[in-house]
Amino acid sequence: MARRVPDSPSNAGDNDVFLPEGSAEPVSDLLHELPSYQSLLRRKVSYYGTIDRRRSTNQFRTSVSVDQSIFEPENDGATIPLREHPLCIQEKRKIREQQKLRTLYISGWSQWKESSQNSCRKLRDDITELFSHLILWRGNIRSIEGKFGTGIGSYFSFLRFLVILNFVMFLLVFCFTTLPVAISKQGVFNSSQITPSKFDSECTQYSPGGYGLLYFYHNIIDLLSGTGFLELTYLFYGYYTIDTVTFYIFKYSLPLAYVLVTISCLFLSIVWIVKRAVEGFKQSLVHDKDRFQSYCNKLFAGWDFCITDEYSARLKHSSLQHELKTDLAEERIRQRKQKRTRGETFRIYCLRLFLNMIVIAVLGGSFYAIYVATIYSLEYSNTASGSSADPINLLVEYLPSIVITIANFITPLIFETIVRYEDYSPAFEIRFTLIRCVFVRLASIAVLLISLWTRITSCQSQRCSLCGYNYKLYPCWESRVGQEMYKLMIFDFLIIVAVTLFIEFPRKLIVTFCSSKLVQWWGQQEFEIPQNVLEIVYGQTICWIGIFYSPLLPAIATVKYFIIFYIKKITLMENCRPATRPFRASSSNFFFQLILLIGLVLACIPVGFGIAYIPASKACGLFINFNTSWEIIPFTVNTFPSGLQKVIYIIASESFAVPFFLLTCLVMFYFIALAGAHKRVVEQLQEQLAMESRDKIFLIRRLTEVHHIKI
Amino acid sequence: MGSSSSQMSKQLINEYQELTYLTKQEILLAYKRFSELAQKEHQSNTENVRIPKERFLTLPELKANPFNERICQVFSTSEQGDGSMSFEDFLDMLSAFSESATLEIKSHYAFRIFDFDSDGALSESDLEQLVNKLTGDKEDTKLSSSEMKQLIANILEESDIDKDGTINHSEFQHVISRSPDFVSSFKIVL
Repeated sequence: MARRVPDSPSNAGDNDVFLPEGSAEPVSDLLHELPSYQSLLRRKVSYYGTIDRRRSTNQFRTSVSVDQSIFEPENDGATIPLREHPLCIQEKRKIREQQKLRTLYISGWSQWKESSQNSCRKLRDDITELFSHLILWRGNIRSIEGKFGTGIGSYFSFLRFLVILNFVMFLLVFCFTTLPVAISKQGVFNSSQITPSKFDSECTQYSPGGYGLLYFYHNIIDLLSGTGFLELTYLFYGYYTIDTVTFYIFKYSLPLAYVLVTISCLFLSIVWIVKRAVEGFKQSLVHDKDRFQSYCNKLFAGWDFCITDEYSARLKHSSLQHELKTDLAEERIRQRKQKRTRGETFRIYCLRLFLNMIVIAVLGGSFYAIYVATIYSLEYSNTASGSSADPINLLVEYLPSIVITIANFITPLIFETIVRYEDYSPAFEIRFTLIRCVFVRLASIAVLLISLWTRITSCQSQRCSLCGYNYKLYPCWESRVGQEMYKLMIFDFLIIVAVTLFIEFPRKLIVTFCSSKLVQWWGQQEFEIPQNVLEIVYGQTICWIGIFYSPLLPAIATVKYFIIFYIKKITLMENCRPATRPFRASSSNFFFQLILLIGLVLACIPVGFGIAYIPASKACGLFINFNTSWEIIPFTVNTFPSGLQKVIYIIASESFAVPFFLLTCLVMFYFIALAGAHKRVVEQLQEQLAMESRDKIFLIRRLTEVHHIKI
Repeated sequence: MGSSSSQMSKQLINEYQELTYLTKQEILLAYKRFSELAQKEHQSNTENVRIPKERFLTLPELKANPFNERICQVFSTSEQGDGSMSFEDFLDMLSAFSESATLEIKSHYAFRIFDFDSDGALSESDLEQLVNKLTGDKEDTKLSSSEMKQLIANILEESDIDKDGTINHSEFQHVISRSPDFVSSFKIVL
């Protein structure tokens, strides 16, 4: 068979390149003798000049052997590890024998280098093998992948990553802040308490909890809302009152450590997340085509080779078929759309504008509801008569969380219906809905914080100027913010458990035992990856915001995600069926890390604001003697030797920042220009390759013509 | 009868560790599974046993895989070309599909697996067979012929750089290196 070039405008006149069908044989014979084809057929790689047993005596072979010698590398050291050769084990053994023979002929230095490289490699392999035993939940995730595919498996790997991240943050916080406080409270080392230097008695009044005799169920309510006996514990900011701890000659300043630990936790999170996001995505992001929706990705990477279950395999087949059919249909629609008239386009844009207005209205409505709920909850708990014995009181305390959860539940449904009328391509639809849902989730936290902030810094009369915040209602506002974050976290966890128990399990039971048509059409639950990812990113964002105000929050988050892993796994295995529609773009690791990064950036803003802008409370905590929490840093810098002080002030001043910023911009422009130049070169090379291929076919055809004439 | 040596020598394990991407545990587990499959052969030395293709495909990891026959064809070093697998072929297969194998190795073997007519390039008929295998290889699950044409035209447009109508090895490697899902999906672990 002759190889055909697909029809394209430039090839219209080249149909005479091909021989008529009858004489196709010599062409394909010659094509099979080309070096590029031979190097694939032959199992041996021609690095070390091995001889091909299947060489024939055709005169063209000599040219092949000449080419081979060009490809032999100059270096004689075996820099490529054996296992990277795509050959079978017997052939690799032969190569190894050759390498051993070769080592006899090279100098002693190269020999030593090679053997040290080999032993380093072996050591690395042994260490990796050792650490692989320590990987958490390996078997669990593997069994999930076997039944549901790698998309859902990657969700569980993401969950595992969050458990480890939270545990590491907890260790950091514990070692540097909680442990010194605990040790010094035992009196092991000398420590000095924080004493307010200005005796503003009004600002410094703070008497939390301590109701004397308590009923047991008061304790439960306190546990759920962070008040009462929990308020003055290591859990919240207000309990940390030690100023410096003296380890022999070394003075350990706890306020400084507290601020630095928070900043380093956030920094560690950023670095780790970016590293993980980049790992699976090494290619440049500057590319026109969407790599997730490309047909090649769907076809060549479409089948999960780790699926072991027959039923899942059948479902995977049908989901792949469905996906391919939908994409092809979408492409046809897109081609049709390009022929849209002006009037139709105008109409579509008007419709989209109108629907976006509706979306903004819905968002505005839900944010307003959250704001009102927060204000109401704060007012009510402040004017309530002391004891929190009423369950109504608990309900009001949890009102912000309840409203946020309801908003997060309803708005995705609204968005999904609206987006259907906006006439986008299906892939864009999915992503757009997702962006909107992410926005709702993370912005609702922002609204909660803003409403908190307005309450804390607004006062009816002039009293705010005394201490900088509303000291009557919130003598220790950091603990209050910590309590709100604690409540959000606990409530989030309770909701996840409740939804699993009271919605997913009953649904499975109903579908299994009730055989009515309607119920069967409703069917079993599908594991929705995007919604689940948003859930846990939301929880993690709360944890990051709360680190400064409630240092032990990462510990709670670790335990919470640990339990959630098992809950989600059980509900997946028992209640869910494999997805009928693959959700490729959002089942990738990169997407999860991106959403998490957005949450982290969002969390940094309130933390930074709280540290640097809002005056620290004078009644509790570590920063009584400073205006804001950030001031501890300049205070410490002032105690450094004057030379170091000058250097630090120069780095922090404008005369350093502006040139640094300009330099960064220049570097960025350089890389952008470089990427553009590379892209142009790649396009030129592609054109050249296509031309070379046509030249090759043409030459072969002429060659066989001459060959025929000779015969 | 039965297998006389149920243990592999340490030296052999080390050699396999060096030549493949498998850890010691994975090699021992593979040995155990292979011996279970090979019990009917009644040969003393498991290393020389060749398991016929049909029995090998009863492995749970391969039973549900639409490419199981191609996998056996590609990794088998049998002289008769009947797809029977020896223990070393089995290790080769696991090594190529393991988590620590490089992208080059995986794309090389993926190319050979997808090359149904073994002519060194993915032609249109290879791609058509690939699509059919993915969608279930039954009459009612196949794509219509116009859809198939459209799909193959799209794929060749994306990946065929020299525009010769087929995808050769380097073009395949290039398109795989830009595919984010490939490494995680091309994985078999016992």
